[in-house]
Amino acid sequence: MAEPSTVYVPVAKIGIRRRASASVAVIGNPNSGKSTLFNRLTGLRQTTGNYPGVTVEKHSGIAQLDSRALELIDLPGIYCLGGFSTDERIAVDVILGRIDETPPPDGMLVVLDATHLYQGLYLLQQLMEMQVPIVVALTMTDVATASGIDISIEVLQRHLQGVQIYPVVATTGRGLENLKAALEAIAERAAPAIPESWPELSRTADQLMHEVGGTLQRIDVIQALIHPDSKRAATLERRVGKATLDGVRRGLFGDEPPQAAEARHRYHWVREVMHEAQTQAPLLERFGARALRLLNRPWPATAMFLAVMALVFQAVFSWATPLMDAIDATASGLAGWLGGVLPAGAVARFITDGVIAGVGSVIVFLPQILILFLFIIMLEDSGYLARAAFLMDRLMRGVGLSGQSVIPMLSSFACAVPAIMATRVIPNRRDRIATILAAPFMTCSARLPVYALLIAAFVPSRSVGWFNLQGLVLLGLYLLGIAGGLATAWLLKRSALRGPKPQFALALPEFRWPNPQTVAIKLLDRARVFLRRAGTVIFTVAIIVWALAYFPRSAEVESTRAAATAQAHTRVSGAELDAELIRIENRAAAAQLEQSLLGRAGHAIAPLFRPLGWDWRVSAAVIAGFPAREVVVAVMGTIYAVGAEAEEASLAGKLRSATWPDGALIFTLPMVLGLLVFYAWCLQCAATIAVIRRETNSWRWPVFAWTYMTALGYTGALLIYQIGTA
Amino acid sequence: MTLQELRLGQSARIEKVDARQPGVVRLMVLGLIEGVEVRHANSAIGGDPMEVTVFGTSISVRKQQANCFRIAPLSANG
Repeated sequence: MAEPSTVYVPVAKIGIRRRASASVAVIGNPNSGKSTLFNRLTGLRQTTGNYPGVTVEKHSGIAQLDSRALELIDLPGIYCLGGFSTDERIAVDVILGRIDETPPPDGMLVVLDATHLYQGLYLLQQLMEMQVPIVVALTMTDVATASGIDISIEVLQRHLQGVQIYPVVATTGRGLENLKAALEAIAERAAPAIPESWPELSRTADQLMHEVGGTLQRIDVIQALIHPDSKRAATLERRVGKATLDGVRRGLFGDEPPQAAEARHRYHWVREVMHEAQTQAPLLERFGARALRLLNRPWPATAMFLAVMALVFQAVFSWATPLMDAIDATASGLAGWLGGVLPAGAVARFITDGVIAGVGSVIVFLPQILILFLFIIMLEDSGYLARAAFLMDRLMRGVGLSGQSVIPMLSSFACAVPAIMATRVIPNRRDRIATILAAPFMTCSARLPVYALLIAAFVPSRSVGWFNLQGLVLLGLYLLGIAGGLATAWLLKRSALRGPKPQFALALPEFRWPNPQTVAIKLLDRARVFLRRAGTVIFTVAIIVWALAYFPRSAEVESTRAAATAQAHTRVSGAELDAELIRIENRAAAAQLEQSLLGRAGHAIAPLFRPLGWDWRVSAAVIAGFPAREVVVAVMGTIYAVGAEAEEASLAGKLRSATWPDGALIFTLPMVLGLLVFYAWCLQCAATIAVIRRETNSWRWPVFAWTYMTALGYTGALLIYQIGTA
Repeated sequence: MTLQELRLGQSARIEKVDARQPGVVRLMVLGLIEGVEVRHANSAIGGDPMEVTVFGTSISVRKQQANCFRIAPLSANG
């Protein structure tokens, strides 16, 4: 009888997806190739969510290995565990399992950049103190070899107490299989021994741990010693007494900041390791290096930065137009077709005017947003954004911020929400809040349709020198946003957020060609976030606005309409009758809208906006736009689709012919300019308010931002209208 | 002589860091500590901030902090 035989087939090969049985935190320096490696290991199986209860975005993915699946948690790129910035605190809290409902990871995948071993080993050394199993991926080995850097893995492993190091080239996938094999067993691996870089600190930490009876982890004690202002330090102080602790600190660090002493000790060890493990061959200067260096000089580099920005905005406007027209045509075609097919009544109007018009008016921005994000992601992945921060630091210092605020501000030309999240790299809380409050002033893509509509309708397309007047007005509105944001930061840094001058110490990565997979994955993520928002928040707003504009229905208006229709049938016929019927329908719709909830709200609030030259319809559209400013165009479309102006085909034409009851035009030049200024400065975006709340952890700042920006927009519009009409 | 006075393209060894000035610790964490060799590689308009390389990594240093690093220049081609 034959022995029954068992054949093991790797799970990945038969297409079964397992649930993750362990989790691994992926951590490394910024620009170390961490994202590329993370994407290589997880592919598209990634999610972006939030850690419960904290203001942190959790980016994780599932890596399917041969025998198990691992949850990989992507942590922000950092240089040390010093807690300088929010990102650094997040990394420490995640690794130590200090975030509610999130168990500590079973291990760490540390990404070391072979071309920047110096800073990488510094972080690795701190991570080894955490006593968690570690696997190291040595990335950029191809670039290192090309630059004459030779690293001995064996020597490095010996200095790192046997931590396993796997060279990989993330862009091509070389070495990935070995790394995956190592990751499979990571949870069962023992934590590495601690490198002997600072024996005094190690001894003191062990001693203090013994004294407090093991209630604090070793890393807690070390962090408490090095960061006297932290919560951990207060805990330790209560246990051993402040005087003892201060004495211990004086002995270890002298009268300098503890982190300075730490940097000296740890880098001393790093240099010893590098001296033995790495050799650098002298390289002949590569062809073209001299030309590149000249381009990198201050003036050419700054001119290039401005040229890059000009190219980005040019692309956003010109490339997106055909796609936006196509989406627009599809939405109105669909609405027209459904309007003909569905039986007339509330349901049909709800679907065509509420759902399709509302959501369509938002999806129409998708091309612009994706093109802008494509550029920002490529600039980020290539390392250019850090260069931009370097070049613009001097300018930002003028308003009390640093070059690090440049990156979020550039992002907020696409959307303030990711921009506000990007402020996490700013170490100082005051500087961070000033940047958060300045970012919503930048002209985001949602303001564009309002600008485009009003400029096309009221600014003549006439050339002024080399430029077109319409383009100049648009440029002026962008500058108005920038001025508003910078002035706000300047004022805040001189009042509520007064503090020491922000520091600016930043590593400047070399230029690298962006990795297509990384760019594609990030872009897809952004598109998903935007569409989810369009499908939820804006969809809801569109429906609510539609309902407010549709209900209640007045029976009186309806009977007047029926009577007028009947009378028209007896009076005229043929084409004349059709025209008369349309006029009657429009009059009835206008009367219905005026007595609807939105119409009544518009009337109620109109006196407040009367000094700005707005009638009840503009006021109603502005109110509807407070949850999300991009719905304003759709609401204006609904409001002005009816009434005397309805005979004009385009919305622009309708606005141009809209009049007050006495026959005077509503949209005069001072009123339009005021309206544009109002949109440039007003905070009409519930998502931005929510993200400010989340990132500042209080309602104080979002309430302040909303009040301040609304007041500023109102005042600006008031001054322009009053001076313009005086 | 301090790092601020280092000419473009010149290299030097850091001799003493005054860590008590604001913003200096952050630069030390990036690896600007006593004994390492640095080079003034580039700068922004007006020479501030300057770009300093250490072990192949470029670091942005403002003039104000550069003053806290005492250096000894190395030979011009070093």
